[in-house]
Amino acid sequence: MRIEIAHGRVIDPVTGSDRVASLHVDAGRIAGIGEAPAGWRADRILDARDCVVCPGLVDLSARLREPGLEHKATLESELAAAVAGGVTSLACPPDTDPPLDEPGLVEMLKHRARTLNLAHVYPVGALTAGLRGEALSEMSELAEAGCVAFSQADAVLVDTQVLLRAMQYAGTFGHRVWLRPQDAHLARGGVAHDGEVATRLGLPSIPVSAETIALATILALVRETGVPVHLCRLSSAAGVAMVRAAKEEGLPITCDVAVHHLHLADIDIGWFDPLANLTPPLRSTRDRAALRAAVANGTIDAICSDHAPVDDDGKQVPFGEAETGATGLELLLPLTLKWAAEDRVPLPEAIARITHAPASVLGIGQATLGAGAAADICVFDPHEAWTVRRQSLLSQGKNTPFLGLEVIGAVRYTLVGGEVVHERKQKD
Amino acid sequence: MSRNPQLGRNGELVHLLTLEGLPAEVITHILDTAEPFASLGERDVKKVPLLRGKAVFNLFFENSTRTRTTFEIAAKRLSADVINLNIGASSTSKGETLLDTVDNLCAMNADMFVVRHSQSGAPHLIASHLTAMGRSHVHVVNAGDGRHAHPTQGLLDLYTIRHYKKDFRGLTVAIVGDVLHSRVARSLIHGLTTMQTAQVRVIAPRTLVPAQMEALGVKVCNDAREGLRDCDVVVMLRLQNERMKGALLPSPGEYFKNYGLTGEKLALAKPDAIVMHPGPMNRGVEIDTPVADGARSVILPQVTFGIAVRMAVLSIVAAN
Repeated sequence: MRIEIAHGRVIDPVTGSDRVASLHVDAGRIAGIGEAPAGWRADRILDARDCVVCPGLVDLSARLREPGLEHKATLESELAAAVAGGVTSLACPPDTDPPLDEPGLVEMLKHRARTLNLAHVYPVGALTAGLRGEALSEMSELAEAGCVAFSQADAVLVDTQVLLRAMQYAGTFGHRVWLRPQDAHLARGGVAHDGEVATRLGLPSIPVSAETIALATILALVRETGVPVHLCRLSSAAGVAMVRAAKEEGLPITCDVAVHHLHLADIDIGWFDPLANLTPPLRSTRDRAALRAAVANGTIDAICSDHAPVDDDGKQVPFGEAETGATGLELLLPLTLKWAAEDRVPLPEAIARITHAPASVLGIGQATLGAGAAADICVFDPHEAWTVRRQSLLSQGKNTPFLGLEVIGAVRYTLVGGEVVHERKQKD
Repeated sequence: MSRNPQLGRNGELVHLLTLEGLPAEVITHILDTAEPFASLGERDVKKVPLLRGKAVFNLFFENSTRTRTTFEIAAKRLSADVINLNIGASSTSKGETLLDTVDNLCAMNADMFVVRHSQSGAPHLIASHLTAMGRSHVHVVNAGDGRHAHPTQGLLDLYTIRHYKKDFRGLTVAIVGDVLHSRVARSLIHGLTTMQTAQVRVIAPRTLVPAQMEALGVKVCNDAREGLRDCDVVVMLRLQNERMKGALLPSPGEYFKNYGLTGEKLALAKPDAIVMHPGPMNRGVEIDTPVADGARSVILPQVTFGIAVRMAVLSIVAAN
C-alpha cells in the first residue's frame, strides 16, 4: 500500500523538520518527504491541508483493563480510543487482575493487541510478584514475553530493601524500572491534596511530603546503584525541584506527568466531583504552574494520558469512595495542545513531549518521520474545536473531569505500520 | 468551581447541604423562623401542620441518637410522616449502592431525605442525583457528612449564641478540640464568619488542625490558655474514643491536661462567657464535670434549640 499524505505541515521533532510538504508512505515505512520518488504513484492520497502531520503519539500510561477488568474496558474499546486520539504506541501498567507478573499473561495481551492491529501495546511488567512488594517477578522471562519495563503501578513498594534489590536485579539485565513516587504511610487513607480545599471539604488528605519522601528514597537508591529509573506522574512543585536537582547532578532519571495535572488543581474538585478524584491527587494551582513550567523546560520529559477507564458504578459514589482515574487517550493530544497554546510553547516542542520523548523512555526506537522509519503517523487539524462529551469518546470509560470542555485539535487520520487505522469524517 | 447545588435558580434554599456560601440573610431567616418553634415544645399541643402529608426519610448511614431523634421530633412536630432507616445495618451491607437506595426510597414517594453518611460529600451526591433524575421536588438535608459539614448543628449553635449574646459582630468565639475530623467545627466556622463574628479561634494541638485552616477565616491557637483569653463563647468538640490514644494524641489524660475545659481555664474567658458542646460529652476528657454542669453551660438549651432550628430548616426547604 502506497499512501501520500498531501500538503500537511510536517513536524518531526527528531529531524527538526517543520514545513508544509507531502509525506510518502510505502510498505509500512516512510518513503520520504517532499517530491515523490520518480515513478511513485500513491494508491491513496490523504488530504492534509491545514493539518499537522507528526509521528504517532506515544503514551507512557494507558490502562486497557485486560486481563480481568473487562467490565471497565476491553482491548477493542481502548485501542480504538487510542488511535482515535492519534496514539500509535502505548505502555500499559501492570495493575490488571491478575497483575502482569507472568509471561503467559503478557504473551496473551501482546497477541490480542496484535490481532486487533491498532496501536502497538507495550506491557509494563510487575516489578514484584503480584505487585505485593515482597518477591521479585521473573523479569527476564517477562521481558522475553514482551515487557519493556517494570513497575509497581500504583501499588507502592513499602519495603525499601526489596526496592533496592529489585533495582539491582533489574539493573543486572538492563531492564527499565519505572516508579511512581508515593510514600504509603503518608498517603494512607488520603483522597485529596493536603490544602485549603481538602480542609474546606473535610476530605482526608495526602501531603506533598508523600511524594518528596518517596522521591528522596528513590533518588538515593539511584545514586547508590546507578540503575536508571523513570519517575511516573509527578504532582508537586517540590517534586519538580528535586527532579531538576537530581538531573543536574547527573542521575540517570527521566520523568513524566499526567496531562490532567497540567490543567487541573484541587479547586476543580468543586463540590465533591468524583471525576476529579485522581491518583496522584490534584494539587494546588502553584504545583500545577510548576508542572507546566517543568514540561516546557524539559525537567519533565514526557506527558502521558494516565488513561484509566472507570465505569459509572465506580464514580457514582461519594468522592472518597470513588475509583480514581480519568479516561485520557483521546484527550492527550488536545490537552497537550491547550497547554502549549496557553504557555506559548512552540508546537514542535509540545509534540516532542508526546512522541519522541516518551519513545525514548520506552526504548522502542525513535518516533520519527525520517525516511525508512515505521509509518506510525498522526494527522490532526490544529484548529478544529470539539467538545468533550460522553458520546464523543470511544473509550469505554466516560470518566473525565473535562466533560463539557471545548478543546482544540482533532485527529483526522492515524496510521500504524503504514495503514490507516483511524479516520475521521471532516466537518461540513 | 461548580455552583453549590443547595440553592435554587433564585437563590432559594432547596437543600441544606452546608453553611459554606449560604448568604447571611438566609441564615438569619432560618434563625428567625426557629424562634416561634422554640416555645412550641412548652405548649400542650406541640404540633403545627406545615409538613402535613409529607414523607420525611431519616436516612442514617452512620449511627446517631441525638441528631436522628431531634430530626424525628422536628418532623413530627411539623406533622410530617417520619420513616427512620438505619442503613448502616441494612442495604449497603447487602451491597446496594447509595444512589440505588435513594432511587428506591423515591419510588416510595419520599419528599425529603435527612441524610447522615460517613463520607464527606454524600448529601451533595444525592442532591445532584435527584436533579439529574428530574426529582428536584425531593429535598435533601445534611445531618452530618464525614468531616465535611453538619449544617443544622452549626445553625443551632448560631441560634444558641444569638439567644445569649444577641449580636455576632462583637464576639470572640473559641472552638476547642478535634477540628481535623469535625464537621461541627467546619459548619460553625462558616456560619460564624458569614455572620461577621469579630474573631473565631480554633484551639487544638497541631495534630488535630487541618492544613491551611486560616484560609477559613479563623485564628489558630495551639495554646488553650492563650486561645481562651477574653472569649465570649467557648465551643468544646467531642473527642472520639479511637483518637485518644495513638499517633494523634498520647492519652485522654494528657489531652485533658492541655485542652480539657476546667474552671481554671474557663476563668480566662470573659466572666459572662457561655460554654457549648454538640454532645455527646466525654466528661473528664474534653470538659470537666463542674464546667459541663455549671452556670455558664448552655449545653442542654442547645439540644432544645436544635429541635426548633431543625423544624425551621425542614419547613423552609419543603416550601421551596
